[in-house]
Order: sequence, then C-alpha cells, then structure tokens
Amino acid sequence: MEVPILKQGEVLIATFQAALSDADLEHLRRGLVQQVVKFRSRGVIVDVTAMDVMDSFASRTLREIAHMIRLRGAETVIVGIQPEVAFAMVQLGLTLEGVATALDLEEGLAYLIQKFKNID
Amino acid sequence: MRAGEIRVAINSDQDIVTARQKGRALAIELGFSTGDATLIATSISELARNIVSYARKGEIILKAVQGSSRLGISIVASDRGPGIWDIRQAMKDGFSTSGSLGLGLPGVRRLMDEFEIDSEPGRGTIVTVKKWKQ
Repeated sequence: MEVPILKQGEVLIATFQAALSDADLEHLRRGLVQQVVKFRSRGVIVDVTAMDVMDSFASRTLREIAHMIRLRGAETVIVGIQPEVAFAMVQLGLTLEGVATALDLEEGLAYLIQKFKNID
Repeated sequence: MRAGEIRVAINSDQDIVTARQKGRALAIELGFSTGDATLIATSISELARNIVSYARKGEIILKAVQGSSRLGISIVASDRGPGIWDIRQAMKDGFSTSGSLGLGLPGVRRLMDEFEIDSEPGRGTIVTVKKWKQ
C-alpha cells in the first residue's frame, strides 16, 4: 500500500493508513527522505490519525524517519496519535523520544511555521 | 453471539496486519471497548512480529473464552522456531537477540490480563495471552 506524500510549499505531508505493513513503512521511510532531498523541504508532517496500531516496529520507523530528516536539516512532526494508541504505546514502553508531536495537521503546520520563523 | 476460532497463518509482515485486524474485529464483536481492542490488536502485532522475526512462520489463533463470570479473548501465538533459551531474560524490558527493540514480551504482558509462555530451545514457542472484558 502506497502512502501518499503531498507537497505543500516547504512542507511534505505523509498520511498513514490503518493497514500499513512493515514493508510499507520501510518504503515510506525511503520515499520521504528522498523527497525531502529532491524538494529541499524544510519540514515533514507524518499524519498517523488513521493508524489503529503503533507497535514497536512502527514507532522505531517513525523515530528513524525523524532522525534521518533532521540530518538533512529539516524538521519532522508526528500528528494525530489517537488516545487509545498513545495508551497502548505507553504500556508497551514505546516512546518517540526526540520527535516532535502535535495534536493534528493544523497544529503540526503551525509548529513547523513557528520553527521556520525562529531559524530565518 | 459467540464467535468460533480464527486461525491466521503467519508467514510474512503482511500477515501481521491481517492477524491484528482480525483480532480487533473479534474483540469489537465480543463487546470490548475500542481502547481494549487497540491493546489487543497491538499485542497481536507484537506476537506475530516475533514469529516472523525469529521463527519465520507460525500461527495465531484467536478465540472467545468464557471465564467464571466474564467473557474474554484468547490469543495463542505458536511457532516451531528456535525457541527461547532464557525465558526470564526474554521477559526483561529491552532484551533482544535480533538487534530489534526486543521481543516486546514484557510489553505484551502489560497490555493483557493473562500471559503464559512455553518455549523449548530447538522446538518452538507458544505464547498464550488473554484479556477479560471489564
């Protein structure tokens, strides 16, 4: 299953679906990093609103995506982690340490715009 | 309404998704809250991933169970893989032999109400977990 990546100015937006396999997640990681390079993006929003499960593999992949993109000088923000998913993650001992999170797409965009302002 | 046994063969990462979706559907059908259904689906995801990572193939069996006073769901994850040499070690947070985040077994134990593991080196592993309706 392909994850659509939208380009909105300096920001890329990737929207996850519920049924992403490990292979899909790895594919997305590659695709996102490539597109950040191609478009010289400054920010990436990963929208996980539709994701029903965030297990150890998905959490680790998200962390890796954020860290790789940071090495390119861009910022990543994860948006839309559902309350029950957050609860399960905490119980499992999974964290997204060092990765910015926001409530939804709107707040994610606002976060990035603020970041860009601070840098410019 | 009682659902029968659901068997999901685990051979690839795609089967992990299938197993957790079927588990969530069964949990909802049995009347679990969406929050509990998420905990159940997450546990299934971790158990199925252990099968793919360590044993390559195996099976997940999902079924409704009747306790003394309440209904629950049981998940059995079995494989004929290498087995676990040191179960006590495997039940510690952060333990892994495949360079991953760990077996996730301590986490699964926290997500579920009952947890049982039976493993023999060279013969395989069976993990049985249950969650009861609140």
